[in-house]
Amino acid sequence: MDVTPSAAGPVVRLIEEFHKLPGIGPKSAQRLTYYLLRAPEEEARALAEAILEVKEKITFCSVCQNVTDRDPCLICASSERDSSIVCVVEEPLDILALERTHCYKGFYHVLHGVISPMDGVGPEHLKVGELLERLKDGSVQEVILATNPNLEGEATAMYLGRLLRPLGVRVTRLARGLPSGADLEYADDLTLTRALEGRQEMS
Amino acid sequence: MTTPRIYKTEAIVLRQRKLGEAGKIVTLYTPNYGKLDAVAKGVRRPKSRLAGHLEVLTHTMVMLAQGRNLDVVSQAQAMESFASLRADLHRLSRALYAVELVDRFSPEGAESYHVFQLLLATLRRLAAARNVDTVLRYLEMGLLSLAGFQPQLAHCVRCERSLPAAPNHFGPAAGGVLCPSCEPKVAGSRPLSLNALKVMRLLQSGSFGEVSRVRIDPGLGQEIEMHLRAYLVHVLERDVRSAAFIDRLRREDFWQPAGVSS
Repeated sequence: MDVTPSAAGPVVRLIEEFHKLPGIGPKSAQRLTYYLLRAPEEEARALAEAILEVKEKITFCSVCQNVTDRDPCLICASSERDSSIVCVVEEPLDILALERTHCYKGFYHVLHGVISPMDGVGPEHLKVGELLERLKDGSVQEVILATNPNLEGEATAMYLGRLLRPLGVRVTRLARGLPSGADLEYADDLTLTRALEGRQEMS
Repeated sequence: MTTPRIYKTEAIVLRQRKLGEAGKIVTLYTPNYGKLDAVAKGVRRPKSRLAGHLEVLTHTMVMLAQGRNLDVVSQAQAMESFASLRADLHRLSRALYAVELVDRFSPEGAESYHVFQLLLATLRRLAAARNVDTVLRYLEMGLLSLAGFQPQLAHCVRCERSLPAAPNHFGPAAGGVLCPSCEPKVAGSRPLSLNALKVMRLLQSGSFGEVSRVRIDPGLGQEIEMHLRAYLVHVLERDVRSAAFIDRLRREDFWQPAGVSS
C-alpha cells in the first residue's frame, strides 16, 4: 500500500490494519489512524478492548449457530417463541433484518454462507448437518428457507428443499416479488412473473 | 478497438462479487469486447433497478459507461433469464459449470464472438435438452478448439500413425490419443474405448444436432467426461470448481430429475 515513507512504524502498521477491513480504502485508513492518534487514550483503549472482547467472548450458539455471548443465545433461550417454526438464513445479519419486522416469532438457523459451486463452496461447508440434527426430534413442523433470492440463494434453497422434504417437515420459501416503492417499468421479467404468480386477493 | 464513452452491448453474466456497501462487480461476457468486469452500483439494495437484470446466467443488454478503472453499468435489460435453468438443481449445476469454464478459458478483453455464441447456445440447450451432460461435453470440446487446444483424435499423437480399431489410450499431457505401442512410453495416459473415441471425434467435428442424436449410455458418458476433465485440468492448470457440485448431486441423487437422463 502507498503510505508516506516518513510516517512512523506503528502509524504505518495501524493504517495497514485498517486497510484490511472491508470498505476501508487507503485514504479512510489514514484518516481513522490520525483520528485515533489525536483521540484521548481511553477512547483508543475502549476500541481495542471491544475488538478483543468480541473475539474472545463471542461464540456460535449451539442451537441456531448465530453469533452469541451466551449459549444458547437469547432467541433460542426465549420461552415466548414458537418452537414449531425454524427460519433458515444465510448470515447472522439476516436475523437482525428479520427481527426488525417484529412479525416473526419462531426460531432461526444460520447457515454461515451459501452454496456457491464456482467458489468451491458446497453444502459440506455450511451448517446443514446441524440443521438436520435439529429437525430429528420432530418438534419442528415448518422450515422457512429465507436465503437471498439470487442465484446462490436459490440453489441453496433448492438443495435444502430436496434434503428436508423427505423428513416430513413443511418446507416454505420467502415470497419473491416487487419491493415496496418499486417501479413496474424497471422490474425484470423473472420478478414480475413471481409477483404475478404470488398475487393475492384484495381484502 | 477504441470504445465510445458510453456503449451498449449484449452480455451474459458469468460471475458477481460484492463491492463496497451495496454494489457488485459483475463479470460479463460480450460478443465484441470479450470478457469484462463492470461495476453495478446499488444492486444489493432491494429497490435496485439493475439487480434482476444482472443475475448470473442472464443474457442481458447493458449500457456501459467508461470509468477510470472499471466500466460502470448504467442500464440493463434482461433478454433471456433462463427460468427453467434456475428451477432445476441439475440443470443449474451444469449451467454454473459452463459459465465457470468460459470464465477460466477467457483472458480479459480477448476477441470472443464464437465463444459468446457457443455459451449462449449452451445455456439454451441446458434449459431444454434431455441429456445435459452431452451439452457440457460439446461445450468443452468447442472451447478447447476455439482456444487452440483441440486434442489430437485423428491419429496417434506420438508416432502419428493411424489408430487401430481397438481400445487405445488418451494422454492428457500428450494432447491426444496414443496407440497401443506408444502408450507405455507416456506417463499418465488412461485407457480409451473405441466407442468413446468415436463420440469424442463427433464432439470435435460434428454439429450439436448430430451429437445429440447419438445414444450415449451412462458408462460411456462417464468415460468421456473423465478424459475431457483430465485434459481440461491439464490445459487450465487447475480444477474447475463447479464440477465438485455436479459430482455431489449425482452421488446424492435425491430423485431422478424429470426429463434429464444422465
